[in-house]
Amino acid sequence: MNDFDIVPLVPEIFMAMMGMGFLLVGVLQGNRATSVLIWASCVMLFITAVLTMNFDWDRPPTMNAMFILDEFAGSMKLIILLGLIASLALSNEYLQQERIARFEYPVIMIFAGIGMMLMVSATNMLSLYMALELQSLSLYVLAAFYRNSLKSAEAASKYFILGALSSGMLLFGISLIYGYSGSIDFATIKTSISGLEQIPPGFIVGMVFLLAGLAFKISAVPFHMWTPDVYQGAPSSVTAFFAIVPKVAAMGLLMRLCLDVFEPATEQWQQILYFLAVASLIVGSFAAIAQDNLKRLMAYSSIGNMGYILIGLVVASPEGAGAVLYFLLIYVFMTAGVFAIILTMRRDGLATVSIGDLAGLSQNNPILAYAMAILMFSLSGIPPLAGFFGKLFIFRAAIEQEFYILAVIGLLASVVAAYYYLRIVKVMFFDEPADKFDNIMGFERRAVLLISTAFVIGYIFAPSLVFDFAMSAVSSLFL
Amino acid sequence: MELLAVFAPLIAFLVAGIWGKAIGDKGCQLVTCTAVVVAALCSITLFFDMIGNLEEGGLVYTTEVMRWVSSGDFNVSWSIKIDTLSIVMMCVVNIVSACVHIYSIGYMSHDPSKGRFMAYLSLFTFAMLMLVTSDNMLQLFFGWEGVGVASYLLIGFWNHKHSANSAAQKAFVVNRVGDFGLALGIMATFYVFGSIEFSTIFDNPALYVDKTISIIGYDFHALTVICLLLFMGAVGKSAQLGLHTWLPDAMEGPTPVSALIHAATMVTAGVFLVARFSPLFEYAPTALMVVTIFGALTAFVAATIGMTQFDIKRVIAYSTMSQLGYMFFALGVSAYGAAMFHLMTHAFFKALLFLGAGSVIHAMSDEQDMRNMGGIWKKIPVTYALMWIGSLALAGFPFFAGYYSKDIVLEAAWADQTWFGNMAYWLGIAAAFMTAFYTWRLLFMTFHGEPRASQKVMSHVHESPATMTGPMIVLAVGAIFSGYVFYGGFVGSDGHHGQDHAKAIISSLDDHGGKHGEPTHKSEKSVAKKAHGEERGASLWTREYFWQDALIVLPENDTVEAAHNVPFWVKKMPFLMAVLGVLMAYLLYIRVPDIPAKVVTSFKPIHNLFFRKWYFDEIYDTIFVKNAFRLGRIFWISGDQNTIDRIGPNGIAGLSGRIAGGLSKFQSGYVYQYAFVMMITLIAIVSWFVFKADPSFYNSTTFETLSGITGNIPVKGMEE
Repeated sequence: MNDFDIVPLVPEIFMAMMGMGFLLVGVLQGNRATSVLIWASCVMLFITAVLTMNFDWDRPPTMNAMFILDEFAGSMKLIILLGLIASLALSNEYLQQERIARFEYPVIMIFAGIGMMLMVSATNMLSLYMALELQSLSLYVLAAFYRNSLKSAEAASKYFILGALSSGMLLFGISLIYGYSGSIDFATIKTSISGLEQIPPGFIVGMVFLLAGLAFKISAVPFHMWTPDVYQGAPSSVTAFFAIVPKVAAMGLLMRLCLDVFEPATEQWQQILYFLAVASLIVGSFAAIAQDNLKRLMAYSSIGNMGYILIGLVVASPEGAGAVLYFLLIYVFMTAGVFAIILTMRRDGLATVSIGDLAGLSQNNPILAYAMAILMFSLSGIPPLAGFFGKLFIFRAAIEQEFYILAVIGLLASVVAAYYYLRIVKVMFFDEPADKFDNIMGFERRAVLLISTAFVIGYIFAPSLVFDFAMSAVSSLFL
Repeated sequence: MELLAVFAPLIAFLVAGIWGKAIGDKGCQLVTCTAVVVAALCSITLFFDMIGNLEEGGLVYTTEVMRWVSSGDFNVSWSIKIDTLSIVMMCVVNIVSACVHIYSIGYMSHDPSKGRFMAYLSLFTFAMLMLVTSDNMLQLFFGWEGVGVASYLLIGFWNHKHSANSAAQKAFVVNRVGDFGLALGIMATFYVFGSIEFSTIFDNPALYVDKTISIIGYDFHALTVICLLLFMGAVGKSAQLGLHTWLPDAMEGPTPVSALIHAATMVTAGVFLVARFSPLFEYAPTALMVVTIFGALTAFVAATIGMTQFDIKRVIAYSTMSQLGYMFFALGVSAYGAAMFHLMTHAFFKALLFLGAGSVIHAMSDEQDMRNMGGIWKKIPVTYALMWIGSLALAGFPFFAGYYSKDIVLEAAWADQTWFGNMAYWLGIAAAFMTAFYTWRLLFMTFHGEPRASQKVMSHVHESPATMTGPMIVLAVGAIFSGYVFYGGFVGSDGHHGQDHAKAIISSLDDHGGKHGEPTHKSEKSVAKKAHGEERGASLWTREYFWQDALIVLPENDTVEAAHNVPFWVKKMPFLMAVLGVLMAYLLYIRVPDIPAKVVTSFKPIHNLFFRKWYFDEIYDTIFVKNAFRLGRIFWISGDQNTIDRIGPNGIAGLSGRIAGGLSKFQSGYVYQYAFVMMITLIAIVSWFVFKADPSFYNSTTFETLSGITGNIPVKGMEE
């Protein structure tokens, strides 16, 4: 217990040190340094990823059992870092164009990143809460980054208020669990309830509160209501970040809690997540139909995708968990690609986000239109693109564990969801062309778009690579 | 080499199809023509490689291009199978295609979308090459459908013409019937052989002779079922009687298309298919009989119709159908080599005739009705001469290509010595007479007599440019010499030891008894080699060395061999008939031009039968088309509009819209409302667990502690 091995924390420590260093540079240099800092952050995050990869991923909990670096945490960290790099790269040009390129941006993102890295490594309710709040506070600030915009401020305050509420639930849940298990350490909590004939109702109530708090973070229905508003109000680059990364971290936390810590109470949390999954699938697919704003649409799209991911979690099998990780990785790629396009939509120097603005894109900018079409096909799950396999493995895991109804609901939801994804394709290819976009697409966006489309298309040639990665990652949760 | 021969047209199609606008019409023509010429040269090189290696067994190998499907026992790859059969087909396809490509530059010079046309031609060539070089049935099917698509696109190339569009659709729909049979055949093959790769299927089909397939309770001979299904596909694609109605209508396409697709290559795909599956057909005598009957009837019926038509292209189209009939009954009597021989010579002279007809049409300002032609032979002498060569070859005059191939086909049919073989022979002889008749009728009506066209058209008549006559001359060379040169290889046995050969067959029969064991060629070859080791050099140019194992014939079915020993009158009959036909045409259309009218009036019913194409179109229209429309309308109105649309698109989609609207009302934008929803949900979930929990809980000590913390929630449970 008194193991104070600091080595597994080196990537996080490195990140924190660099983040503070960047902050100093920013303070001294002012906003001129933003672009450089963003680049430097990307490089730094890449180094962190390399560092993470070079550690042995099979370690016992350290820091008084506050922190663990196991297969699962390591893999999740890599996905998080990937998402961070992508969203930072996407931001640079946008911030310049919108004239909000302040040096705090990359710094805050780095701190949010540290929070997420710690979240997936947390093995104690305390470290969990600390990490979660570090992340959340950073996100609140980012949402308000467009200081002059009323909408951005509104979005941020909504997010903050509701986020605080969810934190309250989370804390209340933790206190109940502490009350019934006598500990905040994950391993101890698990032992205290394992082997019990009945899980104490108080413990279950605590678990409900805890999961509700986390459901807010992954914007699962009905704790999703902030999502469309915040996505719409926040600067688009921040929206991209919101859509890509925090979901991964929160889902990682949820997976560790459900599959490992609350494993003896599987029957109970399954019921909660079952409900959340179904509600997310339905709302995510149906509500998106009525949207005209691309960012709102992506908000519902992410809600719907969380529904699929929750299916994989509910089935509580290694296959299901592997499928979750797998889906998350594919989701990161697809979302990054879509946002690279959304960020490029500018007309006469102003950002546009309505679906109608895409009209006739196939004539004005065929490459962009085809890339978008491929990503949309992938999101709606059309083979042989990557998105199809994400759904396929989720459904297969559900069928294996005999969650037939869940799989059917998921299938039907994907049919409905196909409507709004394909509507975008239709608008791009068959509608009367709208005015052209400003033809600016910087290197970073091109790179992100290229990599994500290449991944989506090329995935079919080496599917086992990603699949093996996902399966080995979740192996440490099912010991 | 073989990769270049197959994929050059694909590359040309992609370049011309995608960047057609960028490189312009000239660029498209250049790219596609170059690619196809290169492909043609490659195939010719392959052919000579093979000829050079006859002694070592020819050229037999398979180049795997890419793994395609690998699922359990089902393995398929994209590959190029090289053997004599595929090399011959590649040569025919690529040479004719190259001629047609170049010809099209001149013929389509007034057309606004030349680039598209050239791209389609290349696409067709590629699909056809995929078909003939495949080493499995799936790739064959891919090529089969690919040529179908290209044919559809090219028939309807002038898509502003209503008749062209409906002809294209007709071709597509009618072919669908045949393709359905082919698809079933492939499935049946997989069911019986557990593989669709040729190497596995043909390995030893004799083992499967006793297999049966059970269909609705009846057991059928498996190989016969497979062969008949495959033949069904061939009937559709090769326009045999029953599924032939699309071919004459397909003449709506530009003439080069008719020459390439509807005379020389695509329509012969059925012949190729049956020849390729000769190892299977050999063990399915019933299927062979069906093939013979179909072929013979087609040859006869098509010839009768051809005599009465007035559209120059339709006459040639029916002639094509008739000649395809010849090929099929040759296949039916196991004379695969003869069928392939006729396929090759026919490709040359029929393409030549079509291109000549195109040249005439071009000269006559797009006039196709022979009643409006006449007397133009002096104005277009080159075309006229070339048409003569084509006609002589078609009618089978000595030393022209058709003479060798048609004669061997007819002789083989006679030599088969079965009732259907005899029937095929006599129908073929009748068709040969009619062939000569309608061919010269065409020549006389088009080129001789009084000009019947208007003054304006006649003043316009001009010889075609070199891009058109050049390819025709190449084909004419083929039409003259291909018969004589390739006779030995395709069907010849080495004459000077024909007796020994017969003995060899007998001995091999003795060796293998009646057990249907080794196919002839293998055994023959070994025996022949042993017996004539010293004479090897001289005897290489024979069919057994030429075909190797590409065509398999059982010894007792070897009609080509027997055909060399038929009576004199059998051999000379076709030629006699051809001469009679020409004389008759001369009499009717040059000497006494008013006879035809009298004949028509006195034999009104028969003429009508022929002229209206035996009423096939009318019968199909009444039986299938009208009823299909009626049925379609029923499904459309009551099935689709009133049931599916109401529930599906209009019902569910409408509902989705309403749900979406309802859900977005929830999204009010007020924080307190969002918070309220969250809390309500939380309370609902907690209540769910509390109500659902085992009642014994509430009496336990655990419950005591719980109530202490969470207040009144469990109390509700108590009341429950």
